[in-house]
Amino acid sequence: MSAFRQSVEAMIPALRRYARALTRDVDAADDLVQDTLVRALRSERLFLGGDLRSWLYTILTNLNKNRRRSLARRPLFMPLQDDNPDASGTEAESRDIERALATLVEEQRAVLLLVVLEGMSYREVAEIQGVPIGTVMSRLARARAHVRAVIEGQRPALRSVK
Amino acid sequence: MMTDPTIPVTEDELHAYVDDELPVERRSDVEAWLAAHPAEAERVESWRKMAEALHARYDAAANEPVPPRLDLDRLDRRPRRWIFGAVAASLVAFAIGGAVGWIAHGAASSPSLLQNLAGDALDAHRLYVVEVRHPVEVPGDEKAHLQQWLTRRCGRTVQAPELETTGLKLVGGRLLPGPTGPASFLMYESTSGERFTVYATKIGIDAAEMRYMAQGNTAALSWAERGVSYVVTGGSDRTRLTQVARLVYDQSERTGG
Repeated sequence: MSAFRQSVEAMIPALRRYARALTRDVDAADDLVQDTLVRALRSERLFLGGDLRSWLYTILTNLNKNRRRSLARRPLFMPLQDDNPDASGTEAESRDIERALATLVEEQRAVLLLVVLEGMSYREVAEIQGVPIGTVMSRLARARAHVRAVIEGQRPALRSVK
Repeated sequence: MMTDPTIPVTEDELHAYVDDELPVERRSDVEAWLAAHPAEAERVESWRKMAEALHARYDAAANEPVPPRLDLDRLDRRPRRWIFGAVAASLVAFAIGGAVGWIAHGAASSPSLLQNLAGDALDAHRLYVVEVRHPVEVPGDEKAHLQQWLTRRCGRTVQAPELETTGLKLVGGRLLPGPTGPASFLMYESTSGERFTVYATKIGIDAAEMRYMAQGNTAALSWAERGVSYVVTGGSDRTRLTQVARLVYDQSERTGG
C-alpha cells in the first residue's frame, strides 16, 4: 500500500467522528466519509504533497455543503424533543449537545467541530472554509454562544449567517 | 513578562485562550483578568464543558471498527456500468429533446430563452454536482471518446475546454435534453472538490453579452454566440466564476465546446 493510502487510511476514524457530529446521523456520516475517500483516491495523482489531513477535511466539508444544498429543497423534518426527566446525567448531556448542534447554522457547526472536536488551528479551519481567520473566530464565538443558550434552555438568539 | 493586566481582554482572546491559540506571553494576563471577572470565567468554563460533552458524545465514533464499506481497496474498484447508463440516457435525451424541441420551435426567438436555458443548466448543475461516484456518463480520462460522442449527438463540434490553469480537471460529461435539441454537459473539479459545469446547446439566437444568474449558493454565467449558447455554472464566488467562464469563452471562440 502506498504512503498516500496509508495516510488516508489512518484518517478514517477521525473523519468518521467529524462526519457523525456534523450530520448527527450514522448512515449519512459514513456515506460522507465514503464519498470523501472515493474522491481522495481518485485525486491521488493530483495531490502533490501538502497537508493531507486538511485536504480530507476540506473535501468532506464541501461534500456536506453540497449534500445540504440538495436537501434544502425538501421539507425539513426535525425530531420532537424527547425530554425524558429520568435520563441519567451523561445521557441527558449527550442529548443536549446533539440537540444544540442541530440548531446551529452549517458553517458555525463545522467551525465548532473542527476546532473543538478535531483540534484544528484557526488557520487550518480558515483554509478549509476558504474564509479569513476573523470569520472563523466570529463563527466560533457565535456557535459557542448559541450552544450555551440552547443547553441552558434559553431561547436562542435569531440565527444570523456569516 | 507581565504586560499590563488592565488592558481589557477581548472576546477573541478568550476563545484563543481556551483553544490554545493565545500567544504564551498573554496567557497570564488573561488568567488574571478572568480571576477578577467571575461571570466571564464562568462563560469560559462553560466552553470547556462543551468541549468535554462533544468528546464524550462523539469520540466513540472514532473508536468503532471501520466498516467494510470504507475499505480503501474495495472503494477503488471502479464501477463500469456507465456504458449502459450512457446508452439509456441518450435514448431518453433524444426522446425528450425531440419533443421539447418541437414544442419550443416557435419560441426560439423569445428573449427569455437564454434565461430559461441558464435555469435548466443551473438545475442540471445542482442535480449532478452532488454525485460522487456517478457524476458523469463518460469519464474525463476517455476525453476523445467523450468529445466524439457529444459532437455526433449534439450536431456541432464539442471540445472540452482546458481549465487546468484555474486548477480544474475534467471529470467527464453527459448528454442532456436542451430546449431545441441535445445539450452537452461537462463537469470540472478542483482537488478540494469545488465543481464547475459547462452546459452548451445549439440555439437560434446570438447574445454576446454575458448574463449572470444566481440561486442560493449556485451561480451561472451565460452567453450565446454563432448559434450556440453556453452556461458556466459554479459556486457563488463571482470573481472565480468569471475567471472560469472567461476561459471557456476564449476557447469556445476558437474550438467550440
